[in-house]
Amino acid sequence: MTPTLFVVQLLNGLQLGMMLFLMAAGLTLVFGIMNFINLAHGCLYMMGAYFAALAYGKTDSFFLSVVAAIVGMFVLAVLLDRLALSRLYRRDHLDQVLATFGLILFANAAVRLFWGSAPLYMEVPNWLAQSVQVLGLNYPAYRVAIIVTGLLVAFGLHVLIDRTRVGMLIRAGASNRDMVAALGVNIGWLTTFVFALGAALAGLAGAMAGPILSIQPGMGEPVLILTLIVIVIGGIGSIRGALFGALIVGVVDTLGRAVLPTLLFKLFDPTVAGAAGPALASVAVYVLMATVLALKPEGLFPVQHA
Amino acid sequence: MKVASTAAAGSGSSLPAAAERPLLTTAIIALLASILLAVPAYAAMADDPYVLTLASRILVFALAAVGLNIALGYGGMVSMGHSMYLGLGAYMVVLLHGVGIDSGWLQLLAIGVAVAAVAVAVGWVALRTQGIAFIMITLAFAQLFYYLFVSLKAYGGDEGMRLEQLSSFGALTGNRTALYYALLACLGVVAYATHRLVGSRFGLVLRASRINERRVKAVGTAPLPYRLAAYVLSALVCGVAGFFLVNLTGFVSPAYLEWTVSGELIVMAVLGGVGTIVGPILGAAGLLLVEEGLKGLTEHWPMILGPLIVLLVLGLRRGLWSMLPVPTHDGGDTATKARE
Repeated sequence: MTPTLFVVQLLNGLQLGMMLFLMAAGLTLVFGIMNFINLAHGCLYMMGAYFAALAYGKTDSFFLSVVAAIVGMFVLAVLLDRLALSRLYRRDHLDQVLATFGLILFANAAVRLFWGSAPLYMEVPNWLAQSVQVLGLNYPAYRVAIIVTGLLVAFGLHVLIDRTRVGMLIRAGASNRDMVAALGVNIGWLTTFVFALGAALAGLAGAMAGPILSIQPGMGEPVLILTLIVIVIGGIGSIRGALFGALIVGVVDTLGRAVLPTLLFKLFDPTVAGAAGPALASVAVYVLMATVLALKPEGLFPVQHA
Repeated sequence: MKVASTAAAGSGSSLPAAAERPLLTTAIIALLASILLAVPAYAAMADDPYVLTLASRILVFALAAVGLNIALGYGGMVSMGHSMYLGLGAYMVVLLHGVGIDSGWLQLLAIGVAVAAVAVAVGWVALRTQGIAFIMITLAFAQLFYYLFVSLKAYGGDEGMRLEQLSSFGALTGNRTALYYALLACLGVVAYATHRLVGSRFGLVLRASRINERRVKAVGTAPLPYRLAAYVLSALVCGVAGFFLVNLTGFVSPAYLEWTVSGELIVMAVLGGVGTIVGPILGAAGLLLVEEGLKGLTEHWPMILGPLIVLLVLGLRRGLWSMLPVPTHDGGDTATKARE
C-alpha cells in the first residue's frame, strides 16, 4: 500500500468517524441522562435520510434538504418522546429493548410502504462536487465538509453542555434526576429536548450520508450497531468518549478493510489470505471492542461521577 | 422498595414451583403436551405437511427461547446476541459435513463443545459489564459472528447454502415426523431440566444475584461463576436449537444470526412470561402464529407486528403465562418488583 492511499484511507476513516460521532453523541446523552436504551436510533438516521431525499426532490437544494432533515427529525422526536417513549424511561432495559425493537420493525416496514424497497440516491451539491488539496493530495470536498461539520458539532455540544445553563441542567439530570425535578426544573421537557437534539443530529448524519450511501429501508441498523460499539468503547454517557470512540472505530474499520487483506496476502499464501482477509477485516472493530472491554469494562473515557 | 422485594424473593422463591396450585399447572402442561403430540397425526390426516413444518419451527424457537430464558429470565442477563448460538449450531452441521462427519450424535457433541467454548469466552468478557453495556456487547458479538459467516464464501457467503447432507441418524435420517418428535422430546427434557435447575441451590443463587447482587456477595457467594454457567447453559440450548433448525429447513444462512432473530427470541420469552418455564414456549407459538397470520394478510406485516409489540410491552408486563391463574416460578410478583 502506497503512503498516498494510506492517507486517503485515513481521511475516509476520519469521515466515517465523524458520521458515527453525530449518531453516538445523541445516543450517549440519552443513555446517560434517561438511562434509556434506544435501539431505534438507527431509524432516526434512516428517517433523516428519507426526509432529506424528499426535500431534495422538492427544492433541489442540498442545504435546504439538510435543514429539513434536522428540523423534521427534531419535531418527529418531540412527538415520539411525548407520545410513547417517555413512558419507557422508568421501565427496565428489557422493556426498552423490546419496545424500540417493535419501533424498528414498524419504521422499516413503513418506509418500504411509502418509498418502496429500491434505494434512493441523492447528488453531491455542485459547490461540494470538486476535490480539495488535503495534506498535498486531492480529496473530495464533500467528505471534507462532513469532517468539518462533525468538528463543528463537537465544539457546539461542548459549549452547550459545559458552558450554558441548559447544559448545566442536563449534567445535573444525569447525576440525579429526582433532585433536579425537586428543585423546580421540568425534567420531562428537558429529557424531551435532549432526545430531540440527539434525533436532530441523527437526522443530520442521515442527510449527509445520502449522497455517499444509498438510501434504503434498514440502512439504520448497521450504523446503529457501529454506534453502539462507539459508545461502549468510549464510555456510556460521555460526549468526549463518543468523539474519540467514533474516531477510533471509524479509522480502525476503514483501515482494517483497506490494509488487512493486502497485509495477509503478503504474510500467507493466497488461498488462506483470500478466505481470512475479508473475514478479519469485517470483524476488526468487534475484536477491538472485546479487547477494550476485557481491559477496561467502563470504556476508555468513562464519565467521572462527582 | 428494594428491601421489600428482596425479602419477598428470599422467603417465597426457594419453594418448588407452583406448589400452590399444582393440579392446574399440570393440567395446562398436559393439555399443551397433548396438542403438540397430536400435531403429526393431524398433519397426516389433513394431508397438510406444512402444519408439521410450522409446528416444528415453533418447537425450534420454543427450545431457543427456553434456553435464552435461563440467562434472561432467571439470571437477568438481557442478551441481545443469542441468535449467534442458534447460527453457530446451524453452521457447525455444514462445517462438520465438510470434514466428513455426518453422524448426528457426533455433530451434537461437537456443537456442544464449540458453543460452550465460544460462550465461555464471550460470557467472560460480556459479564464484566452490566445493564446497557451488557446488552450492547452481546449484540456486537453476535454481529461479529454474523459477518464472519457472511465472509465465508465457501459456505454461500451472505446468501447461505443448501445442505448437502442432513445429519445422519440411521434409518430415521430425513424423517420429518421423527424430527418433530425428537424436537418435542428435547424441548420436554430441557424444560424439565430447567425447572429442576431453577429450583436447585444453583438456581437460587442465580435468581438472587439477579435481584440483588450485592447481597449475594455479602453472604459470601461470588455470583460470577453462577452467572457465567447459566449463560453457557442457555447458549448450549440455543446451539442445539440451531442443529434442529438446519435439519428442519435443509438450509443454512447468516440470516439465522441476524440481530433481529435475537430480538424475536427476547420477544418470545417476554411475551410468554420471563422467569417461567412454559412462558417462552407459549411466546414462541404466539409470535410465530401471529407472524404467520399477518404474513397472509399483507406484505407489510411488520407495520402491524411492531406496534403490537410496543403495546404488549406497555400493557402486558408479565407475559401470557401470568394471565393464567397459576403462580410463577418466582413466587410472588418479584419479577415485577425487580424491574423497578
